[in-house]
Amino acid sequence: MNAPETMKQFRPKEFRHVGTRPVRPDGVDKVTGRALYGPDFKAPGMLWGAIVRSPHPHARIVSIDTKKAESLPGVKAVATGKDFPTLQSLVMHVGEGASDIVHVARNCLALDKVLYEGHAVAAVAATTPEIAREAAGLIAVEYEELPFVLGLEEALAEGAPLLHDDVFTKGVDPKPDKPSNASMRVEMGGGDVEGALAGAAVTVTGRYTMEPVHQGYIEPHACVASWGGDGQAQIWCSSQGHFAVRSLTASVLALPQADIRVMPLEIGGGFGGKTTIYLEPVAMILSKKSGRPVRLAMTREEVFRATGPAPGAVIDVRIGADADGTLVAADVEFKYHSGAYPAVDAGAGVASAIGHYKIANTRVVGTEVLCNRPAAKAYRAPGAPQVNFAVESAVDELAGKLGIDPLELRLKNAAVEGDPQTSGVPWGRIGWVECLEAAKAHPHWSAPLGPNQGRGLAGGYWGNYGGPSTVVVSLTEDGTFTVTTGSPDIGGSRAAMAIMAAETLGVPYEQVRCVIADTSSIGFSMVTGGSRTTFATGKAVVEAAREVKQVLCSRAAKMWNVAEDAVEWQDGEMVCTAGEKEGTRITVAQIAPRVAFMSGPVSCVAGINAAGWLPGFGLHICDTEVDTETGHVKIVRYTAIQDVGTAIHPDYVEGQIQGGAVQGIGWALNETYIYGENGKLDNPGFLDYRMPVASDLPMIDAVVVEVPNPDHPYGVKGVGEVPIVPPLAAVANAIHAATGKRLNSLPMSPDRVYAALHPEG
Amino acid sequence: MSKIHVSTTLNGDAAEFLCDPSASLLDALRDELGLTGSKEGCGSGDCGACTVVLDGEMVCSCLVFAAEAEGGTIQTIEGVAESAVLHPVQQKFLEHGALQCGFCTPGFIVAAKALLDRNPDPTETEVRYWLAGNLCRCTGYDKIVRAVMDAAAELRQDRPSERTPA
Repeated sequence: MNAPETMKQFRPKEFRHVGTRPVRPDGVDKVTGRALYGPDFKAPGMLWGAIVRSPHPHARIVSIDTKKAESLPGVKAVATGKDFPTLQSLVMHVGEGASDIVHVARNCLALDKVLYEGHAVAAVAATTPEIAREAAGLIAVEYEELPFVLGLEEALAEGAPLLHDDVFTKGVDPKPDKPSNASMRVEMGGGDVEGALAGAAVTVTGRYTMEPVHQGYIEPHACVASWGGDGQAQIWCSSQGHFAVRSLTASVLALPQADIRVMPLEIGGGFGGKTTIYLEPVAMILSKKSGRPVRLAMTREEVFRATGPAPGAVIDVRIGADADGTLVAADVEFKYHSGAYPAVDAGAGVASAIGHYKIANTRVVGTEVLCNRPAAKAYRAPGAPQVNFAVESAVDELAGKLGIDPLELRLKNAAVEGDPQTSGVPWGRIGWVECLEAAKAHPHWSAPLGPNQGRGLAGGYWGNYGGPSTVVVSLTEDGTFTVTTGSPDIGGSRAAMAIMAAETLGVPYEQVRCVIADTSSIGFSMVTGGSRTTFATGKAVVEAAREVKQVLCSRAAKMWNVAEDAVEWQDGEMVCTAGEKEGTRITVAQIAPRVAFMSGPVSCVAGINAAGWLPGFGLHICDTEVDTETGHVKIVRYTAIQDVGTAIHPDYVEGQIQGGAVQGIGWALNETYIYGENGKLDNPGFLDYRMPVASDLPMIDAVVVEVPNPDHPYGVKGVGEVPIVPPLAAVANAIHAATGKRLNSLPMSPDRVYAALHPEG
Repeated sequence: MSKIHVSTTLNGDAAEFLCDPSASLLDALRDELGLTGSKEGCGSGDCGACTVVLDGEMVCSCLVFAAEAEGGTIQTIEGVAESAVLHPVQQKFLEHGALQCGFCTPGFIVAAKALLDRNPDPTETEVRYWLAGNLCRCTGYDKIVRAVMDAAAELRQDRPSERTPA
């Protein structure tokens, strides 16, 4: 809708369905309140659960006395960490990144130690929610409080409280002989960074900081589990990957995966935070003990205290350039909170730091730091926005020092296809320069500004992903089609799947319906995350649909008694193209009632490990107006430009870009975890954890650039992650343009902006 | 503690339920009456996912005691579609792609309809401030605001347009 005419040149051919905006197949249920989400499901005879959580940031569990709770009428089961089987360390790759199953289990229910305020220590199931809550209050946990640590540098200091005595820094050779709060170190780069910085005409140096932020999905976590006496179980929950729920729950409980059937309910937002489990194994234990289905659901406060957050960061950056603006060296070193258990954002952070520029000498180092906060989880482009904030702020500062237009400086140094990434691997067909050119051509870039207004821009990228997906495309008896996937639909992907199937089959969109099957009804599919679904599951849709066409053509050939290669698929019809039957046609609707009784039903499965994904790049332009008397920053205009490969359903592509940009604006201006000196979270609610609301924002102009991916049948690259990467620096750069002040700490809340404007106090 | 008996008019029909004195209207709607279209995102009136209209006033049903609904008239998301077709606000949400995960959508639609019932020609700013009590984490609000403005324009034309069966 918003793409300038110039962008259309990138689309290689016209499609019939790809690029159209039909109503999504799950739409009516979602605007009428009929769609069932995680907290909406109930099973007959179901019990209600409640969780007891630690009031301390770090403590040894001395004892848990559950007797009083158990004797309360209506209480049917109580669970503690001791109810889980003894587990051996096992690293599983299921969500976005790897987790040790022992840590997953301990995060669901602590054993021996609690590692953050809000850590689950026990659970109850009762006949009503009120009794469950009362019983939870009767569970007496005796703690021996331990010294705790929240800060990154404090956690790495000599003598800091150690969270785990069996975690040794990964990525360091030789393996350290002492355990450490630094769970992982990642380094990339090459060349002579110090020499090049010393010889650079201009250098900038800066330290950038932020506290953790939460994904902020509106739907709290919830599940119902029913574990039968024969050992088989069913779990109803919303997640970004019900196969991940199955494998993690099975591993925590030492069960065969085939004994657990996970039913995917509609998911009310995830943004990476629902790629793991918190409640499911606990509900399973309570169900086994009580012999009844058990529901566990979090309150918003529990969501804030015990799930999610994206890591906070301390990032040091040095960048040098020649006088003509050529970037010659970059040194980036960051530390990320991993919270209570080892997390994995550092690797992606290193890969997402400076790869968008051609720089001969680079060193990027990332360290994951354990501390007494909830275990960090993936949040939209995990690991990228934090380091990008530092790098794109520094590049802006460099442009100022050089006296070069910040857009021109980025264009001059922009990486193109064939240039090496930080890892050394060359970039594929990326669309970064196309985004910069689109920004230059966009009216926003040259629009006049009002008083106290400033314009900033920033660019960023995310690697995207492919991976395993299973899809079944089936012909019904009346000639319509069903597309069955194992990929939860978090933002309209059913519509994208139906469009790609209709495009491949040459049939109307409404003749293809897409559903998401449970874990026992379709083969494995990886989580919906990493911007992989429209790319990877979409590739499987196209592959299965192509096979359906082939099978139907061979059926028609058999029916007409002609050679298989004499039948072609044309727009939903089979046509004989050679021999005496040449020109004979049969529609899908005509053949559909008969095929099942000819050589069997037509149902084609594609199980693929999708390769050939390409990263996405984006460039955001932000205008701010700063109230110098209050420090309040208003976003007055915002344009988000992104190369998506091909937009299958542009409404949902634009929606991803707009939503990601606004999450980034919230991160930039308002959102932050605030801990007291007692190690407890002070703002576990939406009133004090201030996410953007409609009145905070202007329209977000999403400009879709299409540089198709040659390794996807319709050119898809992936959309969802990239748009949260540039906003942090785009807003900071706009505030700098408006005020001359550079804010290096997020959020850039009114008090901080005011303090920067009035250093005298 | 004994339960309280409550009689209401819910989406045009008589409805009765029993509730704990401490139960919220949202609890009653979801757990006693089986209407799970109203969502609980926070339980503290900050997210608007539970928005309903009670006796003509837009409220967060998580902040109203269920017992307060005695004798009252409640409209929830389940009652927005009229005569088995979508209300223009619902229709425009679909046409504009104004939902992604859809969890906040019922609250937005109830709130937007309440706005248009009072003000048939709101400015963009009026729409944004009216909806400021509803959180959406997916869309960045752009398409929601467009959908509401478009629904208002259609309602002002006062002609039945093509609407999807509910």
